[in-house]
Amino acid sequence: MQFQVMNSPFSQEQVELLNRLVPTLTQEQQIWLSGYLTAINTSNTTLHTIPDVTTVISTDSSVAISREVTVLFGSQTGNSQGLAKTLSQKLEGLGFQVTLSSMSDFKSNTLKKVQNLLIVASTHGEGTPPDNAIPFYEFLHSKRAPKLEDLQFSVLALGDSSYEFYCQTGKDFDKRLEELGGQRISPRVDCDLDYDDSAAEWIDNVLANLRGTIESTSTSGALTATGIEKVAEQSAYSRTFPFKAEVLENINLNGRGSDRETRHLELSLEGSNFQYEPGDCVGIYPENSLGLVESLIEKMGWSSEELVSVNKKGEQRPLREALLNNYEITVLTKPLVEQAAKLSSNNELQALVAPGNEVELKNYLEGRDLLDLVQDFSPWEVSARDFVSLLRKMPARLYSIASSSKARPDEVHLTIRTVQYEAHGRDRYGVCSTQCAERLELGEQLSMYVHHNPNFKLPTKSDTPIIMIGPGTGVAPFRAFLEEREESGAEGKAWLFYGDQHLLTDFLYQLDFQRWVKDGVLTRMDVAFSRDTAKKVYVQHRMLEKRNELYQWLEEGAFVYICGDEKHMAHDVHNTLITILEQEGGKSREDAVAYLTEMQQQKRYQRDVY
Amino acid sequence: MTHNKTVVVQDGPPSDVEDIKTRSRYLRGELVEALEDGITGSMSEDENRLMKFHGSYMQDDRDLRNERHKQKLEPAYQFMVRIRAPGGVLTSAQWLEMDRLAREYTTGSIRITTRQAIQFHGILKWNLKKSIRTINDALLTTLAACGDVNRNLMCNPNPYQSEVHAEVFEWSTRISDHLSPKTNAYHEIWLDGEKIVDSTADEAEQEPIYGKVYLPRKFKIGVTVPPTNDVDVFSQDLGLIAIYEDGKLKGFNVAVGGGMGMTYGDTQTYPQLARVIGFCTPEQVIDVAEKTVMIQRDFGNRSVRKYARFKYTIDRYGIEWFINELQNRLGWNLEEARPYEFSHNGDRYGWIKGSNGKWHLTLYIPSGRIEDQKGYPLMTGLREIAKINTGDFRLSPNQNLVIGNVTTPKKRKIEELIKQYGLTDGKRYSALRRNALSCVAFPTCGMAMAEAERYLPTLLDKIETILAEVGLSEEAINIRMTGCPNGCARPALGEIAFMGKAPGKYNMYLGAGFSGERLNKIYRENIGEEEILKLLEPMFHQYAQERQTGEHFGDFVIRAGYVKAVQSGLDFHN
Repeated sequence: MQFQVMNSPFSQEQVELLNRLVPTLTQEQQIWLSGYLTAINTSNTTLHTIPDVTTVISTDSSVAISREVTVLFGSQTGNSQGLAKTLSQKLEGLGFQVTLSSMSDFKSNTLKKVQNLLIVASTHGEGTPPDNAIPFYEFLHSKRAPKLEDLQFSVLALGDSSYEFYCQTGKDFDKRLEELGGQRISPRVDCDLDYDDSAAEWIDNVLANLRGTIESTSTSGALTATGIEKVAEQSAYSRTFPFKAEVLENINLNGRGSDRETRHLELSLEGSNFQYEPGDCVGIYPENSLGLVESLIEKMGWSSEELVSVNKKGEQRPLREALLNNYEITVLTKPLVEQAAKLSSNNELQALVAPGNEVELKNYLEGRDLLDLVQDFSPWEVSARDFVSLLRKMPARLYSIASSSKARPDEVHLTIRTVQYEAHGRDRYGVCSTQCAERLELGEQLSMYVHHNPNFKLPTKSDTPIIMIGPGTGVAPFRAFLEEREESGAEGKAWLFYGDQHLLTDFLYQLDFQRWVKDGVLTRMDVAFSRDTAKKVYVQHRMLEKRNELYQWLEEGAFVYICGDEKHMAHDVHNTLITILEQEGGKSREDAVAYLTEMQQQKRYQRDVY
Repeated sequence: MTHNKTVVVQDGPPSDVEDIKTRSRYLRGELVEALEDGITGSMSEDENRLMKFHGSYMQDDRDLRNERHKQKLEPAYQFMVRIRAPGGVLTSAQWLEMDRLAREYTTGSIRITTRQAIQFHGILKWNLKKSIRTINDALLTTLAACGDVNRNLMCNPNPYQSEVHAEVFEWSTRISDHLSPKTNAYHEIWLDGEKIVDSTADEAEQEPIYGKVYLPRKFKIGVTVPPTNDVDVFSQDLGLIAIYEDGKLKGFNVAVGGGMGMTYGDTQTYPQLARVIGFCTPEQVIDVAEKTVMIQRDFGNRSVRKYARFKYTIDRYGIEWFINELQNRLGWNLEEARPYEFSHNGDRYGWIKGSNGKWHLTLYIPSGRIEDQKGYPLMTGLREIAKINTGDFRLSPNQNLVIGNVTTPKKRKIEELIKQYGLTDGKRYSALRRNALSCVAFPTCGMAMAEAERYLPTLLDKIETILAEVGLSEEAINIRMTGCPNGCARPALGEIAFMGKAPGKYNMYLGAGFSGERLNKIYRENIGEEEILKLLEPMFHQYAQERQTGEHFGDFVIRAGYVKAVQSGLDFHN
């Protein structure tokens, strides 16, 4: 008989081999082989492949292992979404039927029917799920969550190891799905800021395992070209291969007398082929401070010129250059300190990482950098090479784009507040912001890429009213929104709530906003300058003052956008929206919350908070 | 008293400012809305025009304009707020409140103006209401400190001829009160007063003297007690010269039609001296002031603002016409002017005992600027004095400060404070510097073409060197500098004067009378510091060698032929 993929449990490759092998076998050889195969089957009880295969064959089209895969993402800035999309394209390429969806769009009552579930979820702030993951997260953790004994799943968790609750949302999903009866396709992978390699590993594992389980039903290994075509349209540059953008403008937006500094950067995108939309971000790979790098090298007694590897491919650079450009040295993470402790004989350090001292360790990490670590726990007898291998790759800094590419082709504008403070007896400087404020000259180049944020986008209909709440640098994307609306002649009403400390010196892009108010691009603008009045006022106070009209706008279908500080502002604004819905809409608190949740699901309530 | 009807003489269509005033509903306009507009620290031009009537107007730090524009920030808008205090007299308690206001809401200084008013700079829009309320709570006002109305009434502040001064000051206050705008807008906008919308009230009830369009331009009144002419009585629209015999006030000589401002390149504009037209008794003086203001209201040019000052109205119709019109409106005739004599227009520094036995200390305040400087805590020192002084604080027309009506025991304590804070009566400065006057100019004044207040001290250093070389350090010479030709520091009455033309460039004037009785005349146009010094040096040498006994520099330059004497503004450009 001639083996075929369709009439056998074998893959194309196996079919070909078998077709070549079987006709050449003598009868004696055939009997021997048959006996051998039977023997290993009975002696190895864990090997279930053969019975499974027989099932597959016997049940024909009603396959036990589904070819349908659901990929859900919970994403704040778009990283998880981007990875979920990549994963989906690969799955489709392998012939899977993929349902790709944000968690907020996913109908949770269909979860019971899902057989293969892949989750990509980031963690936000202190262990909280991203906005668009919250409803699904709450559903899954509620009593309404169904038993999921037929479910196969795997979780990719994104996070930042400098936070205490590193990758917490992913961990929660992973644990909960197991509790509900699900089986892991492959183990969860936690990714730090430099997530590329670990995410790729997870994807490979998941694909291999999924493919392995259902290899038998595969029609062929042929890749569909859909994913590849999309990639071809995009820029050749990316997060892993950043573009060198020339600095066209770099000015301080804060007037004299202000105690803040906010840089307005204009970068040239000429030649990058980057496309961006309002709401997207730019990632910048900054350069560490030379002073900090030199102190570190001196303290450790290393040589600046010693070659160290800067990536897994083994590319090498002089230590000084690697510390300047390739590694993060301004943040301490728990894994880093634990690894470093293994290279040290310092008793205090050993004590710090010892079990039971988690709180002390956490307190120690707060506001300290690598120089603190090496100073506080000397002596070190560690080679640069070994030490550097513990460090995280320099993460890119994400900034909301403050310009519209429609209005300014080949340019992108950013709004970067300088971070400087004192901690543990030393002045600390934000790596990227300080580079921009103090060292970045016109004509120099910055390594950057465009980071798409599909969760912060203007309404598709240009006449939809929008309410924007963006104090401080949170106003950046709204400058992009308004430039875009001005350029496209959109007719929708727009309302901006903005605030900072002093009107005289801290009103970012004041002339732009004044012009838009005058021209009607911005229908209303309400401002709160907290230090200009005896009692501090913030954007949420202005919203409450205007609650009647604000509620009218919501009822007219306005989209609400919040950008800026998460810890205080976004929280206060969210509560204020609930209050307004209660007071003006006559709703109970529950109904008001539900109203906002529904807005979120309809993408009428979008946040870009940090 | 107000049974007049408005006779508006027009040379053309009314200017845009006339239109703004007409539409303003007695100075209300859209000021409330402008104060509430949160996205700008500014106000529109229309509202800014009206703000002047309320004693304030918008300025911006001109040094920062370009820089801020690049930063996508609007100009550093701020408001000047001026207090109208007739004769520049404040109680110690009022001084303390103004000191507090200055420290809380302004750039931190109190400025004494050349019209004896207090001026604050750098008040931001959202602090305006609080500032003006503080001023009102201290029983002072900003209403009519600027705008097309009667401005702060000047009156010689040093009451060493105590009884006469007291009486003159009393009449001055009454004139000032009488000519105050009567609109309720001020209370509504700044003091949250009840909105009185009385549609039945006609113009005569709302604003009996000014009417709904107010005056064509500002109007200035100054009252002086000879022999001092520190108010520069001939620079006023209406000047009143107190006439007294044996320490008793008899009445006032009336002088009309003076004024300082001019426009470069337009010889139809010029500084002018007021002319004495007669005498009235104290009881008649309010009526005279009111009718004079009303004549200007009816006959002043409302089409072209630069021709709208009272001096042009008088020069156009003739002084005889005015006397006639005034007497018709009064229903009686002025008496013949009485004799008087002025000896100077500067200040007397140091302690002077008044005829009432109280002491008056004149402190020298450079450019009228009261602030704490490194090594010179003037503002703090004055605050400490105000805390113990039972007398008052008096602002001089030369931007100095008189601590007035001090009792002998307090005098000792104040002397201690003066010593403690190192305050000066000016004796350590040269006579030239003590007699110098300048306007604010850069960076806040929108009219300035060149520096004045910030630059004059530097120029004086250099002129003093020359004067010292020729032994004239103790010779009082009036020197004045302004950043533009509008005349805030009364430059046309400086024996030496500089009016700004462009950064670093000035027109130089010479030959005014030492006691303010004669205008100066242009000597050189558009010159810089180097040339100024080159011109002055031989002049001073010659003056030191050839001056006659008691001859002032302004008289000398005329006798020596540097410039011709100018007795009337009509000859200023000839």
